Amino acid sequence: MTHTPLLELKGVTKSFGAVAALVDADLALDAGSIHAVIGENGAGKSTLVKIIGGLYRRDNGEFLLEGESVDFQNTHEAKASGISVIYQEPTLFPDLSVAENLFVGRQPYTRFGFLDRARMRRETRELTLRLGVPIDPDREARGLSIADQQVVEIAKSISVGAKVIIMDEPTAALSGIEVERLMGIARQLRDEGKGLIFISHRFDEVFALCDVLTVMRDGSYVATNQTAEVTEDEIIRQMVGRSVENLFPKEVAEVGDAVLEVENLTSIGVFEDVSFTVRSGEIVCFAGLVGAGRSEIARAIFGVDGYDSGSVRIGGAKVARRNPAAAMRLGMGFVPEDRRKQGLAMTAGVQTNITMAIRNRLARFGIITSRLEEPSARNWAARLQVKTNALDTEAQMLSGGNQQKLVLGKWLATEPKFLIVDEPTRGIDVGTKAEVHRLLSELAGNGVALLMISSELPEVLGMADRVLVVREGRITAEFSREAATPENVMYAATHAPEVAA
Amino acid sequence: MSAVMTDPAAAAKYQRFGRPLWRRLLLRTETAIILAIVLLIIIATATVPYFAQPYTYLTMLLNSAPILLMLIPVTLIIITGEIDLSVGSVLGFSSVIFGLSYAAGVPLLVAAVLAIVGGGLIGLFNGVLVTVVGLPSLAVTIGTLALFRGIAVGLLGTRAVTDFPEEVLGFVISPIFGSPLPMVTVAILVLVVAFAVLLHFTPFGRGVFAIGLSPEAAAFSGVRVNRTKLILFVLSGLVASATGVYYTLQYSNAIGTNGYGFELQVVTAIVLGGVSIWGGRGTLLGALAGGVLIAALNKTLQLAGIGSDTISIVTGAALIFSVVVASVAGSISRRRRGKASAIAAGA
Amino acid sequence: MTTTLKLPPIETGRSVFGKIIHAREVGLIVLIIALVAVTTVIQPSFLFSDGGFRELLRQPTILILIALGQAIVIITRNIDLSVGSILCLCTYLSGWLFANVPGIPIPVVVVIGILLGAFLGLINGLLVAFLKVPSLVITLGTLYAYRGIAILWIGPHFIRSSWLPPEYRKLGTMQVFGIPVLLIIVAIVVLLVGWFMTNRRAGRDLYALGSNPEAATLFGLSERRLTLNAFVTSGALAGLGGLVYLSIYATGDAKVGTGYELESVAAAVVGGVAIIGGSGTIWGVALGAFFLATISSALPVLGVPSLWQQSIVGVFIVGAILLDRLLFLNRTLQAKRKGRAL
Repeated sequence: MTHTPLLELKGVTKSFGAVAALVDADLALDAGSIHAVIGENGAGKSTLVKIIGGLYRRDNGEFLLEGESVDFQNTHEAKASGISVIYQEPTLFPDLSVAENLFVGRQPYTRFGFLDRARMRRETRELTLRLGVPIDPDREARGLSIADQQVVEIAKSISVGAKVIIMDEPTAALSGIEVERLMGIARQLRDEGKGLIFISHRFDEVFALCDVLTVMRDGSYVATNQTAEVTEDEIIRQMVGRSVENLFPKEVAEVGDAVLEVENLTSIGVFEDVSFTVRSGEIVCFAGLVGAGRSEIARAIFGVDGYDSGSVRIGGAKVARRNPAAAMRLGMGFVPEDRRKQGLAMTAGVQTNITMAIRNRLARFGIITSRLEEPSARNWAARLQVKTNALDTEAQMLSGGNQQKLVLGKWLATEPKFLIVDEPTRGIDVGTKAEVHRLLSELAGNGVALLMISSELPEVLGMADRVLVVREGRITAEFSREAATPENVMYAATHAPEVAA
Repeated sequence: MSAVMTDPAAAAKYQRFGRPLWRRLLLRTETAIILAIVLLIIIATATVPYFAQPYTYLTMLLNSAPILLMLIPVTLIIITGEIDLSVGSVLGFSSVIFGLSYAAGVPLLVAAVLAIVGGGLIGLFNGVLVTVVGLPSLAVTIGTLALFRGIAVGLLGTRAVTDFPEEVLGFVISPIFGSPLPMVTVAILVLVVAFAVLLHFTPFGRGVFAIGLSPEAAAFSGVRVNRTKLILFVLSGLVASATGVYYTLQYSNAIGTNGYGFELQVVTAIVLGGVSIWGGRGTLLGALAGGVLIAALNKTLQLAGIGSDTISIVTGAALIFSVVVASVAGSISRRRRGKASAIAAGA
Repeated sequence: MTTTLKLPPIETGRSVFGKIIHAREVGLIVLIIALVAVTTVIQPSFLFSDGGFRELLRQPTILILIALGQAIVIITRNIDLSVGSILCLCTYLSGWLFANVPGIPIPVVVVIGILLGAFLGLINGLLVAFLKVPSLVITLGTLYAYRGIAILWIGPHFIRSSWLPPEYRKLGTMQVFGIPVLLIIVAIVVLLVGWFMTNRRAGRDLYALGSNPEAATLFGLSERRLTLNAFVTSGALAGLGGLVYLSIYATGDAKVGTGYELESVAAAVVGGVAIIGGSGTIWGVALGAFFLATISSALPVLGVPSLWQQSIVGVFIVGAILLDRLLFLNRTLQAKRKGRAL
């Protein structure tokens, strides 16, 4: 007997310019089940979610809701059809009460035309109690913990009659008890006949909670497994199973003295007791899951964020806290994770962006002119093969790969001794990826110490001399290049240290 | 790809500018404003009596000098994406401090220094509230606008100090050696040159633009965002109070209402001159041209017999007009860019 | 898994109608009482004379109205600097109508006055909502454009009280059980507006918009429509304020309303409206306006030259936003310590 899945995607594709984010994605969600979607970063999971949620429109393929084809123009339509997405960023209104948040746009009226607050309060209380988390309906949404915010969002979804609830990395910022609570809620929703899609990296949770697991890789669908019938090893193999040949050749470089020394770096609630060194000519990789705290550690080292205790040294000299300019003076560079918001000024030109970090260096007697900037801009744009015809082309006009090369050029121009690169090849095409890797390898060969943060295992394994696995703000494992395998890195990233063999 | 050596041929391959010179120049707001000024002068000379006389230019510059002076540092503040609405009140406040101290027997120079320092402190106050406390500059400077105007009026009350030494007064408004330009033009030029160099030709100025373009990217590039903003607010306070001293001497009148409403004219001139209210774009030359255009417009209307009250309408309309045009132009170019970037992304 | 979960205790935190907000309104009432008490001690006629009592209750009416409109605009994360100029135009139009259209019924003039204000507010709203230009700049421009129109139209003239029908003049001084009629009218407006902002979807949507504009669009709230409504309402209330002005002072020239925009912002901010929008109650704003207006009447009695009035306004604006911000930072620090977010 065939049944109609609640939600179905068949052969869905989505590209952004030259970058294919989703290729031939398949998904079948049944009512009354919890369906996990697993994959590394860049596997296409969040694109999938955004298409289902109405934020993006698919390029082609079928999208069926209860057997009927749908095409949402915006999130509002998706919501109206019973699809609800709980994103990582909260979409609550901080100044309104919890009850008002639940009923935004559809508050009920009493007979006299007043807002029926009693009813709003009552329903909110019922819903949150039903979910096992009593929250005062009258309290401000501001100040709620992330876990509680999620509960409110779930309550809101139920309240509007959602049939499909998608949770995007919901446990990334939750503590143990809160995770348990969330899983309990998920099970309850499943028992009520809803269909849940659960996006997560955490195997223990996924295996404990979900009935079905779909694995994605490089934007494509790989396989769907019944949880009961598959092992973790098999899943990991599906996630990383590509020929991990030396696509990214890291040349052997002479490893010299320690350039970066981090000792007991702690930021309360974010990361704790982080200690490691990076030597000249070495590439050290931070591996781990999204939300593990790797970028936070890097930002604290560079000085964009502060930290509470510990120390950072470059070449023996102590780096001042919270002072990127001082860090730069000591030879540190930082290629940030979000190139659009943190790496570049999108509306500024190529020359402006490339010379942004070296403006002090280029100045003669305190004066800087376009004539002084131009040679550097030409030099570095050419070196990185940034594809553009003019130096005043706005950064937002370039492709993602070229934008990334622009950010790299900007930092290479500072001739750093120590360079942090955070997700250097995220969202760029394969060809440019290889270029970037060759570049980083060459940098190491020239004596630069590199700290690379990456969520792509092949990249980590190919580029790193040493792999440091970060989990929930702590370094939980270290592997040398020879010892690191996809399996043991992924294992260390997804399991608490005490469980690791 | 050999990334080690730079291929000189490859480096030379890049054009400096994506569009030819004439297109770059023609489509700029500064060009439009300067053209408008020239046009206005031509029309006015032809149709309005007495326009083409040296005396006209003298009074035009004298009347607009305070605005032209004060808009210089405020331009930089706006380029960082903030705003300073307190300049008019700082002018009035420093005028009062200047007058009161002088009337109390303090030597003229010392009184001037006191007034200027006072303005600098107000700038510091603004800057600290914006950078350290994290308040929006709009709210803060509206508050200090009220606060220090109120203090100025309260301190001096209905009195006015008008007793200033003749020689100084004469010097301040006298023209430079036979030209139709008053002495204050020197100050304007010095300030313009100094700030233009600061903005367009120093690393600090690059940082100012960076902050306006993207505060996050600027911070990630080592720009000291808070320190830069703080310095700019202090500079604005200093210039506004120096202008207050000048203004007092020009009219030989220290009174609490000096400078009332000037902040509007300052903001209007800046926005009219092509500086984006959202930050990150603009030139000091443009802002100055905007100020000159408004001054010329006001003078023309005045000489043409149209009441000086219309200045309000004109200024208000000019402000709205220039932001609307900027907004519309922005969305047109965004749409063009959308198509272009789709093509570029496919490359 | 059937473990009994140990749930963290229910944190009621601060409810919307909870501690601090209450403290604000209660605090304002206390401040007002204290202010009146102190002033009355110095000069008993401040409160205990016929004229004094009436003034006390009548004086704040104009500020209350425009503060209400300003608050609505600020709640949506905008600002309206043109209220003073709008008020001026509406005052003079009303006076002019009485003078030039003999026998025109008072309600008609009232409606026209309010409509003019709404229309001027509509212009503001269209420019802000549809052209995405910051409201600061737009209303700075209309502040002067409208003022200029007023100066152009009114010139050196002024309304003479003889122009107004005696009933209208009486409205300004009439009292019911000792309470000025004007205050009753304004109180009714406050109740209506307050009711709307608390109990109608359209009102709550304004708060939502100011609290999280991105989320608002996600939920289908129309930013344009809401912004437009806010500015039209502000203009209409300023128009009504102009009519009240006419009733109280029975005169009006081109300078009417100068500086009112700052006072309305101060009243809103003192009354608990956050400058970044999303919060604040109408009752608080009304009390804030009452407080500020009473201060200006009290200043001369307290020996402070009324010339210092504007500085008081400034102190309150700066003080209120500073206080709010410091409280917010403190709360965020506490939340961070307890491991919370948002």
